[in-house]
Amino acid sequence: METITNHPKSARNVLQPRVLSLRVNGAPKILEVSPWVSLLDGLREYLDLTGTKKGCDHGQCGACTVICDGKRILSCLTLAVMKNGSEITTIEGISNGAELHPLQKAFIEHDAFQCGYCTPGQICSAIGMIEENKAHTRTEVKDSMSGNLCRCGANTNIIDAIMEVKEAKNHE
Amino acid sequence: MNNFAYEQAENIGKAVEFSSNNSASKYIAGGTNLIDLLKYNIATAEMLVDINHIPEHKAIEEKSDGSLRLGAFVTNADTAYHPQIEARYPLLSKAILAGASAQIRNMATNGGNLLQRTRCYFFYDPATPCNKREPGTGCSAIGGYNRIMAILGTSENCIAVFPSDMCVALAALEAVVNISGTEGDRSLEFADFHRLPGDTPHLDNNLKEGEIITSIDLPEKGFDKNYSYLKLRDRSSYAFALVSVATGLELENNLIKEVRIALGGLAHKPWRVKEAEDFLKDKEPSMENFASAAEMILRGAIGFEHNSFKIELAKRAIVRNCMMALNPESQQPGAQPSL
Repeated sequence: METITNHPKSARNVLQPRVLSLRVNGAPKILEVSPWVSLLDGLREYLDLTGTKKGCDHGQCGACTVICDGKRILSCLTLAVMKNGSEITTIEGISNGAELHPLQKAFIEHDAFQCGYCTPGQICSAIGMIEENKAHTRTEVKDSMSGNLCRCGANTNIIDAIMEVKEAKNHE
Repeated sequence: MNNFAYEQAENIGKAVEFSSNNSASKYIAGGTNLIDLLKYNIATAEMLVDINHIPEHKAIEEKSDGSLRLGAFVTNADTAYHPQIEARYPLLSKAILAGASAQIRNMATNGGNLLQRTRCYFFYDPATPCNKREPGTGCSAIGGYNRIMAILGTSENCIAVFPSDMCVALAALEAVVNISGTEGDRSLEFADFHRLPGDTPHLDNNLKEGEIITSIDLPEKGFDKNYSYLKLRDRSSYAFALVSVATGLELENNLIKEVRIALGGLAHKPWRVKEAEDFLKDKEPSMENFASAAEMILRGAIGFEHNSFKIELAKRAIVRNCMMALNPESQQPGAQPSL
């Protein structure tokens, strides 16, 4: 069997090609992929949306968290073909033009990262969590965010940032 | 990950047909376990049959006999937060929310939860022998590092544990698993669904080739007044259980009318001992009585080099969890120690 080249955007190299139609960050996208391409690789390698990060690629770290049809999911543990027709939001799609999303601002204010690699997943996960509205206390928020690891150890500041945005939203 | 063909099934019949036409095919629903196993080449498939687009089995419905039917394709999150589950089967809600992460619970389905594979380190490491992964090669856990492994129902072939939290509650609630296949529909009592390793550790459950779980029925009795799920693990969230206990109690005149105690993290399937539950009947819900029951439940447990601590841990967890079931408020989210 021929091997896949390093240029997946070149359609002629896609084996068993599937043509997908997605909405990504509000824009319609057509994507041609093999069935075994993860949603994460689809976003990063085929749509050049490299804000979503590949950490462990095995569902253990949460760096690849995106919002799919309103729910936070791990893009590494789903196939792009399975999400045909879905609405995906990545870290690139959460600001309002040049104005940062409240969580992006809060992460900066609270120094909620060092290397920043987990940050896109942390923020997408926090958006999903606030939308779910199931975690209320700090303990519950920590539990609800436990699928997102931060190896720099910025967790305390991450939870501070999320709590601030959550509480501000409650007072709206 | 090997290359595979991909088909979407629009109904159960079509899914079963795809599967029976290709014995090297696999169904995919949430994918949270299967895609991980495919990436490690521990699972391989010539074809994935996507069952997410089947319109049936996507709801939680009350049946005329008072039971509640959980569609196999409902996500774990939607199940845990469903008003009927929270109100009537809070034990199930708590158990589901003790497992995985929020993102995974948003993806994983109820049917898939029953079908997840063990997290035994050696099963995941193709460089080592494993009878579950490659029958006949031996068990690396028995003489190797075995801290997380089983102490009940083991065999000389396999000491892996079944990792689900949800299934511990389903065992306690005596759920029924509804199945479709080429030979029609059938149902299995929850206790008969998963298997002990015996001489066939490569088989986790009694599904036949090509069969598909369509729904899970919860009998009317939900133990909504006195229940508790306790999960003990190496970190307080997003880790598999070393020991977990699901307790449902029904009290009358301060005596135990009925009790269910199921354990996770200790065996190849959720563990229940009828004798211990019968012993507690018509007795006071006291620490002493729960301790006697715990002794019965752990009778016959065999510890290995690194996991003998689980025997004492399980006994204490049973007593503590049964006492917490007397006051379910003690294990609400945010309260220690259920997180």
